[in-house]
Amino acid sequence: MAKKPQQKTKEVETTGHSWDGIEEYNNPLPRWWVWVFYATIVWGIWYVIAYPAWPLVNQATAGYKGWSTRANVAAEIEAAREANADINARLVSAELEAIPADPELNAYAVSAGGAVFRTWCAQCHGSGAAGVKAGGYPNLLDNDWLWGGTLEEIHTTITHGIRNETDPDARWSQMPAFGEMLEPAEIDQVVNYVMSLSGTPQDAQAAAAGEQIYLDNCAVCHGDAGEGDIYQGAPNLADAIWLYGGDYDTIRETVTNSRFGIMPPMGGADLSEAEIRAVTVYVHQLGGGE
Amino acid sequence: MPETQPSAPQSLYAAREPIFPRRVSGQFRNLKWAIMAITLGIYYITPWIRWDRGPSLPDQAVLLDLAERRFFFFWIEIWPHEFYFVAGLLVMAGLGLFLFTSALGRVWCGYACPQTVWTDLFILVERWIEGDRNARLRLHRQKWDLRKARLRLTKWITWLLIAVATGGAWVFYFTDAPTLLVDLFTLNAHPIAYTTIAVLTGTTFFFGGFAREQICIYACPWPRIQAAMMDEDTLTVGYRAWRGEPRKHSEEVAAGAPMGDCIDCMACVNVCPMGIDIRDGQQLECITCALCIDACDDVMEKIGKPRGLIDYMAFTDEERERAGQPPKPIWKHIFRPRTILYTALWSLVGVGLVFALFIRSDIDLTVAPVRNPTYVTLSDGEIRNIYEVRLRNMKHEATRFKFSVKGDPVLFITLEGTPYASVEVPADEMVLQRVYVTAPKDSGPAQADRTDIRIWVEDTGSGTRAYKDTVFNGRGQ
Repeated sequence: MAKKPQQKTKEVETTGHSWDGIEEYNNPLPRWWVWVFYATIVWGIWYVIAYPAWPLVNQATAGYKGWSTRANVAAEIEAAREANADINARLVSAELEAIPADPELNAYAVSAGGAVFRTWCAQCHGSGAAGVKAGGYPNLLDNDWLWGGTLEEIHTTITHGIRNETDPDARWSQMPAFGEMLEPAEIDQVVNYVMSLSGTPQDAQAAAAGEQIYLDNCAVCHGDAGEGDIYQGAPNLADAIWLYGGDYDTIRETVTNSRFGIMPPMGGADLSEAEIRAVTVYVHQLGGGE
Repeated sequence: MPETQPSAPQSLYAAREPIFPRRVSGQFRNLKWAIMAITLGIYYITPWIRWDRGPSLPDQAVLLDLAERRFFFFWIEIWPHEFYFVAGLLVMAGLGLFLFTSALGRVWCGYACPQTVWTDLFILVERWIEGDRNARLRLHRQKWDLRKARLRLTKWITWLLIAVATGGAWVFYFTDAPTLLVDLFTLNAHPIAYTTIAVLTGTTFFFGGFAREQICIYACPWPRIQAAMMDEDTLTVGYRAWRGEPRKHSEEVAAGAPMGDCIDCMACVNVCPMGIDIRDGQQLECITCALCIDACDDVMEKIGKPRGLIDYMAFTDEERERAGQPPKPIWKHIFRPRTILYTALWSLVGVGLVFALFIRSDIDLTVAPVRNPTYVTLSDGEIRNIYEVRLRNMKHEATRFKFSVKGDPVLFITLEGTPYASVEVPADEMVLQRVYVTAPKDSGPAQADRTDIRIWVEDTGSGTRAYKDTVFNGRGQ
């Protein structure tokens, strides 16, 4: 305060202590403050009894109210499950193709499906669903589908998985390892031909020579023009998208030793039908859904 | 080494000394009555003012709709993303307090603080029921009997009714007041409403009736902050000691010195709601309510002395007046570079807020490019970027918004879930739309690293437009 203390009519009481001439004023605390202090002590004792407090060897004392964050989370999850029970039932009973047309159901499915995706799918397909080329995990954002990109087809793929031993209904196909059937020179030619389907071959002459090898060995699954076949999971070889990579060495590796990408089935024990449908809708709306 | 020992053990705790402020009248008392009437009037009446906003919207003029996350203030509607308006108002409130404190000291504490206003009201009730200072003192000292019990009970019940009304008025700001009033009486209101009323009733009753000045002295941080913001030109309530001293009952007068103007009538002490003696100088407890000025002026007039023994004055006045110079005019205390700067800043923020209010759009648009991955190659070699667009329609009717992209003529825009380049947003809602911008194979943007683009959104009804600048990521070859 800027004002100088004016002459006091009463001397301010001091504690009587004086150290080198410095004296201490006695400005006592208000009594109610002391009561508040006692009240906090009483409250503290109650708190120690009521809530987890004393740390013991393995865990703290439980407290008579039995409060625990873990139990709270379990209760919240249960409450969320109950709150979503109705809309989950609607999701399961609705026609799959009709879900995107229902704004409320669609919004719920995209939101819930995103959570399912990040928990169960992101490990291979990436959190942004862009896939991993080195591992042959498909990009789900583009419009190229190995096993089909309609809601029904995506739903089947997610439920049963691909080339796994666990689910008898899994999508199944296997490309032979042509390293055992074709000569290295023939492999070189067919690789060049495959490259020519979507762009420029390394060696145009070899590519021309590879056409007949392709038609004899590959066209039965991949199609005469390399258009692929979603019923066998045979990739389209004529487009700009490569599952494992479109350079000469990678294609040569694929032709020589074949590939065997596996996806586990999500149906059964792992995900409920509502969750599978939600993640189906989520994947379908990422950009490539048909 | 202690040179002296404590003479006697002293208590470390002091009981509250009860204060019985005497009734006073005068210009500052009248001003305080007026401010009390206005502030309480605003507080109680505001939730009941109606304001027609059309169907499906609340017709309450001032409403903090927490459930819908909307704040209605007459013709203004604040959405959550416009919270900067609230931040701006808080900045203005802060600057306003700086301004008032540097010019007029603790004027907020003395006149407008709810603690002061409600305490004043409670003291008024106390005086109506138990009588003025002397009657209350007698009542306080006498033993409990039927009359004392009756008076105390009447007082407490009246306080409680005021307190319930205080808490009751608060909840009306958060939901439709007439509906809630009926719900409250039919016991259909939400438990939170009852809890809020109960808590505010309790605090009002206790703070206004019993804690009073203890809140200002011990609980409130504001007095400490204000003390640091005052300077030697700040107007506060002070005592002209050079005119009043030596006072009537002082040792100097007893020894025969000529008496000053102060007749030691204790009027200033008796009217003080903080229980202090202003003649001890400016002190922490003083809320500058100026009631002591009224009390002293009254006495000075009666004894034929000039008014203003206790007065609003600044620290610099003391030296001038002691030196016999005329006091600095009030306006010179108030208009100083510091207060002018505060006023300018305050006005600047205010003008900025008003300006922001006028230029704000009915469309709120955010565009978040998806960076995981930065681009997607489509089967025919096109390069696609994904954007998550949040589009809020602040008009009160469903509106169709058309998307377009500018930046490179080859780029084209498509929307997820619809073959059209437009989307309908329901009234007062926000949609999250996945938007695709695609560049043809081997086109410039497809091969470039980055291309600056602008995404436009147009209200197809009114033609209002909004845009956001973002980038298109190509293959970077």
